[in-house]
Amino acid sequence: MKSNKQISGAEAVIRSLIEEGVDLIYGYPGGAIMPIYDELYKFQDKLNHVLTRHEQGATHAAQGFSRVSGKVGVVMATSGPGATNLVTGIADAQIDSTPMVCITGQVASHLLGSDAFQETDIIGISTPVTKWNCQVTKAEDIPKVISKAFYIAKSGRPGPVLIDITKDAQFELFNYSYKKCISVRSYNPVPNYSLDLIEKAGQLINDAKKPFIVFGQGVIIGNAEIEFKEFIEKTGIPAAWTILGLSALPTNHYLNVGMVGMHGNYGPNVLTNECDLLIAVGMRFDDRVTGNLETYAKQAKIIHLEIDPAEIDKNVKCDIPLLGDVKKTLPLLTKIVKNNKHDNWLKTFTSYYKKEFDKVIKNELNPSKPGLTMAEVIKEINLSTNGDAIIVTDVGQHQMVACRYAKFNESKSNVTSGGLGTMGFALPASLGAKMGAPNREVVAIIGDGGYQMTIQELGTIFQTGSAVKIVVLNNDFLGMVRQWQQMFFEKRYASTELVNPDFVTIAKGYYIDAERVSERKYLKLAINKMIKSKKPYFLEVKVEKEDNVFPMIPSGASVSDIRLE
Amino acid sequence: MKDIKNTFTVSIYSENNIGLLNRISAIFLKRHINIESLTTSQSEIDNIFRFVIVVNVTESMIKRIIKQINKQIEVISSFYHTNQETIFLETALYKVKSKSLFDEKHIQKIIKKSQANIVTVSPNYFVIEKTGWREETEKLYKELEPYGLLQFVRSGRISVSKEPMNISNILGLNTDK
Repeated sequence: MKSNKQISGAEAVIRSLIEEGVDLIYGYPGGAIMPIYDELYKFQDKLNHVLTRHEQGATHAAQGFSRVSGKVGVVMATSGPGATNLVTGIADAQIDSTPMVCITGQVASHLLGSDAFQETDIIGISTPVTKWNCQVTKAEDIPKVISKAFYIAKSGRPGPVLIDITKDAQFELFNYSYKKCISVRSYNPVPNYSLDLIEKAGQLINDAKKPFIVFGQGVIIGNAEIEFKEFIEKTGIPAAWTILGLSALPTNHYLNVGMVGMHGNYGPNVLTNECDLLIAVGMRFDDRVTGNLETYAKQAKIIHLEIDPAEIDKNVKCDIPLLGDVKKTLPLLTKIVKNNKHDNWLKTFTSYYKKEFDKVIKNELNPSKPGLTMAEVIKEINLSTNGDAIIVTDVGQHQMVACRYAKFNESKSNVTSGGLGTMGFALPASLGAKMGAPNREVVAIIGDGGYQMTIQELGTIFQTGSAVKIVVLNNDFLGMVRQWQQMFFEKRYASTELVNPDFVTIAKGYYIDAERVSERKYLKLAINKMIKSKKPYFLEVKVEKEDNVFPMIPSGASVSDIRLE
Repeated sequence: MKDIKNTFTVSIYSENNIGLLNRISAIFLKRHINIESLTTSQSEIDNIFRFVIVVNVTESMIKRIIKQINKQIEVISSFYHTNQETIFLETALYKVKSKSLFDEKHIQKIIKKSQANIVTVSPNYFVIEKTGWREETEKLYKELEPYGLLQFVRSGRISVSKEPMNISNILGLNTDK
């Protein structure tokens, strides 16, 4: 696009965003970004700006939006505190590979380094937690930096990018033109696959007697859900998911054997140390997945399908690294492997599931004690939504329980803070998820601790009228920390008990319909009422105060030492 | 044990952009690794920058670090080498009182024997330059110390690898000689 008329850097920011297909921005204005907000005002028919109540909320909302839509989340903030408030969300997006472009205002370039009002070195601060960042001091650089930012954020292994634009660059006039970035010479987003290694991997798969797949978010980011299903159905290999891989494969698929990791299912964890071939698909062997690395799948050959070369052999040494995009490499594998079934091996998973069901799941879903369990709340949500909802979770016990028990029919339906474990993530992320998938039911499941970290975003939810269903599972504790204190610190409950406010009144204060339920007989009714509502809705469920999440791999233990009680 | 610490020279070819040094040093900082020496300069290719970094880590760690460095958008490629795989040098400057040069005959012998050069002589001080391995610059330091060193400084390591690194190929340039 060429234009002869000179425009300001600020207008160029808006025009560039529109060129990239952006129609939604989460942000918060302030002094150093006012020229850009002034242009936003003029372009409000093309660009919807959502004013969150805190910049951190803007980042998590953008993450939620991105995770359900696959699009790049866009965030704006002013310099100084506006910029530093983005850091948690940026770090979260970096570790969970979420594409995000953050634009921050900066003091005028002649003031850089003078400790000017609201000056902070956000480039220095954000460097370790961004895929790329760049400071712009001249208007003419704005279009090319923005196009490069979007290209980098969404290509290869996605991640957050930050652009810091000085105020004088926002005011400066220049001849604008926009060209989409299609490559960066020093950056190879998708490494080439090796047909030779794919051949070798196919041989290992054909020869394996007890093969096992662990899949992660790579399947979802790569839009490779169909390719993945075809691969497992042809090979008949049982597949377990990491927390971020959840929903890539429908819960009721006959080869879906559950979750791996610290609070994952019994079978997949134990059998990790019994399989003869472990195929890791788009996952990164996080320590919460592997437990003690010295005793992790030592008996198995390992094939690692991965787009990021830095993940190969980082934590777990693999026998065959299959670099590349799983959307391309999985079909190549499917083509060369033989049709197979592993009925007896699959039955082993079923028998472990039975053990887990008898020891844990049964009592969680249908408790005999009077206090409500978190799992039975999830069960009722499953029943009410038929597994079609997007479930957004925060961090802690409720997150583990929700991921263990929530049912999913569709991909891109599980939004959670996995790698960083950011409490306060869910409420703003659920707003973003609803805006990214407006026709779907979005249920946020949050603990009473994390909820209060970003509770102010109730204001944004009300103002935007986003019909998010918010469920707070309230045990008046920082439950996961309390569980650890009980198990590993002799019940010294240091600073984990919360004296909570009246959450229903707070929600109502934000004009959000709200209810509290503390008895089993009212639970189903309350959840159905919430799901039926067409408006934002808040439901507080008082759950048992000192319940623990099991199974559990104690930190530092082997996956096969997973405890059922 | 295979995983013992060793001295590795890291060579990075990159774009010449503000902030990249910060990004690279952050990779070491995150892993609590001390950078023993760091030199940046232009490389044999126009507008391509080169870092030479020396660290003392295990081989499995340096492999992971190289991958993290390669992952940075503006890094073209990076490599690691052992001392045996590179030609490397450091330069040291020694500032000594001129009086010692004239009063102490021995000092001239030291300079000659160590193959150091006198860079400048003024009425008050003179400056000796010695380029070589760490042991050589250190030996000269110890020898000059008794005469009173006014200042001493040593550069970071500069190094070229014995094997080619083929950066032009990576960039698709046809200039590899």
